[in-house]
Amino acid sequence: MAKIKTLDDLRKLRDSLRTDMNIRENSEHPDRVVQVRVAMSTCGITSGAKETMDFFVSELKKRQINAVVTQTGCMSYCYAEPTVEITLPGQHPVVFGNVDNKKADELIESYIKKGELVDGIIPINHIEVDQNNRRI
Amino acid sequence: MAVIKYDILVCGGTGCRASESHRLVENLNKELILHNLEKEVKVVTTGCFGFCEKGPIVKIIPDNTFYTQVSPWDANEIIEEHLIKGRKIERLLYVDPTSQLGIDDSKHMDFYKKQLRIALRNCGFINPENIEESISRNGYAALAKALEHMTPETVIDEIKRSGLRGRGGGGFPTGLKWDIARKNVNEIKYVVCNADEGDPGAFMDRSILEGDPHAVIEAMAICGYCTGANHGLIYIRAEYPLAIKRLRIAIDQAREYGLLGDNILGSGFGFDVELRYGAGAFVCGEETALIHSMEGKRGEPTVKPPFPAEKGYRNKPTNVNNVETFANIPVILLKGAEWFSSIGTEKSKGTKVFALAGKINNVGLIEVPMGTTLREVIFDIGGGIKGGKKFKGVQTGGPSGGCLTEKHLDIPIDFDNLIEAGSMMGSGGLIVMDEDDCMVAMSKFFLEFTVEESCGKCAPCRIGNKRLHEILHRITEGKSSRAELATLKNLCMVIKDTSLCGLGQTSPNPILSTMENFLDEYNDHVDNHKCAAGRCKSLLKYYIDREECVGCTACARICPVNAIVGEKKQLHAINQQICIKCGACMDKCKFNAIVLS
Repeated sequence: MAKIKTLDDLRKLRDSLRTDMNIRENSEHPDRVVQVRVAMSTCGITSGAKETMDFFVSELKKRQINAVVTQTGCMSYCYAEPTVEITLPGQHPVVFGNVDNKKADELIESYIKKGELVDGIIPINHIEVDQNNRRI
Repeated sequence: MAVIKYDILVCGGTGCRASESHRLVENLNKELILHNLEKEVKVVTTGCFGFCEKGPIVKIIPDNTFYTQVSPWDANEIIEEHLIKGRKIERLLYVDPTSQLGIDDSKHMDFYKKQLRIALRNCGFINPENIEESISRNGYAALAKALEHMTPETVIDEIKRSGLRGRGGGGFPTGLKWDIARKNVNEIKYVVCNADEGDPGAFMDRSILEGDPHAVIEAMAICGYCTGANHGLIYIRAEYPLAIKRLRIAIDQAREYGLLGDNILGSGFGFDVELRYGAGAFVCGEETALIHSMEGKRGEPTVKPPFPAEKGYRNKPTNVNNVETFANIPVILLKGAEWFSSIGTEKSKGTKVFALAGKINNVGLIEVPMGTTLREVIFDIGGGIKGGKKFKGVQTGGPSGGCLTEKHLDIPIDFDNLIEAGSMMGSGGLIVMDEDDCMVAMSKFFLEFTVEESCGKCAPCRIGNKRLHEILHRITEGKSSRAELATLKNLCMVIKDTSLCGLGQTSPNPILSTMENFLDEYNDHVDNHKCAAGRCKSLLKYYIDREECVGCTACARICPVNAIVGEKKQLHAINQQICIKCGACMDKCKFNAIVLS
């Protein structure tokens, strides 16, 4: 390791190290950043949820968007796997279905960056169906 | 390229290590390799999370799941269930004592809700053995700011305006202390970090050094810049091996990165830090005794003045600050004096770290803003008294402090309020007592400690404390009188007024405060030879209930001194002359026939 010689060097080093720590920083305040939850049940994984999650993690980092990407269990929308729930800061969560890498790219560019909704939202009436479910 | 998707933070503080958290780290790493996840998941050993009661603690990032009491054998389940299948492991979640529901996020735990972590900002968040994690959290940024943009005077002014007071117990304004050290002109000066934490039940400084050593090193360098010192010394007890190891790593890394040594960040200012080990004498927490110990002399205090700021280590001007005080400095410089002084009470700014110990549900390390009440600390954060028992008192400030009671629970904690209530802030140990604790026995315990730790230099402390201890012993044996209680109080006052250093001046505090708040209990011991809490064994008698005893002989067989006599199926009896009151018979008896009075 070369010695740090000026304040600028220290700043540069700090900024370059920060991306690795972002995962921890963001998880402290998930409500302040974009939250992406990928359903990783068996049906999700067979439909490619793992690839989708990898895509989100690496692309959000690459495109310098502060986000927390987590996985959840089955969201019960097996017909639309892989499903992804995205929560923008201060907004209600929105669930998108059939998210492959192409869709994920569209979601990042349109919904996450600009807040524009795109096709593939799992309609609200399904959530109502969901609420009628008793899960024990 | 695989990117890190998860960080698994495992507590590597002394407490959690004792419960094998280091083996858990090994197992987690092995499991990751087995599941081909080693490139996506990073296992990080951090400092103390504070929730020592339920250690070892594991936190999964980014979903912030907080697992408690994780054993090395849970590694497989964490990887397979949580990381691969995305299912939280219910049995490892913290269970809220009131709602009985598992809480998966530490932010929703009562223990963390009221806390504000400034000195502990990096504890449980970064790997203390990796300087880069510290730098990414603004480590050494305050030092760089001071060196490039501020003069020593402006830094001192900032610290003064922040209202920071010494966290070691005295509460002396830190900015003023630095200013005095600065004004004493000498070619060689020293900065000393007092990490000689000796109060029974206190572990604040240890946890800071174990969790964030770079903050302390950085602050010492800032202090050196302000006071004109180029040498830093950390006086640490040899019985803190983990803190020592992490400090050594931190110092080596800081040197390697050019953050210690000559010409730091091209400023021309040079500073280096060395460690000095203490042998664990309580009196060496007193600054003059500490300096003598570092010089290789006997750890005895000397009369002040001259203060260390004039003539300290090797007769050079020396500035001594406590670990927690130093840990606050970098944040103050980065966030500003106004921000810091907006936290806390009128005369005590910022936060205070407390070590909760004794009969409290959540034993651990907490940091709260000054002005938080004892009730909030003990009942909201600490989770109340163990086993649903009744709160009786809390000893603040360790053996030098006093015992506060129910009526003091609602006073906001700060330096001045605690002194007014007859106790003191001390370094931040809080020992909670319940209805089963006898206040006389508690005072005796603390006196035992001070008698042992007195350096013996001045007579009031050396002889006086011994006499105090003897009187307390007689009270607990039921061999004392009211007149002796008066002597006890008088002697306390004399020792307080005439002792040389803080140790003797404060050692009678536990007695004085318990006599003030629990005089009835003292009188009860003296007049009626009774100990209501059932602690003072000499005043207790075990006897056998005639109605209940069936003559099973279990008690007679377990008695270590053969004090119980009786034939099979006949009533037994205890010979009071021989009985050593160990209570073994009472534990053994299945018929509740052994009674205590």
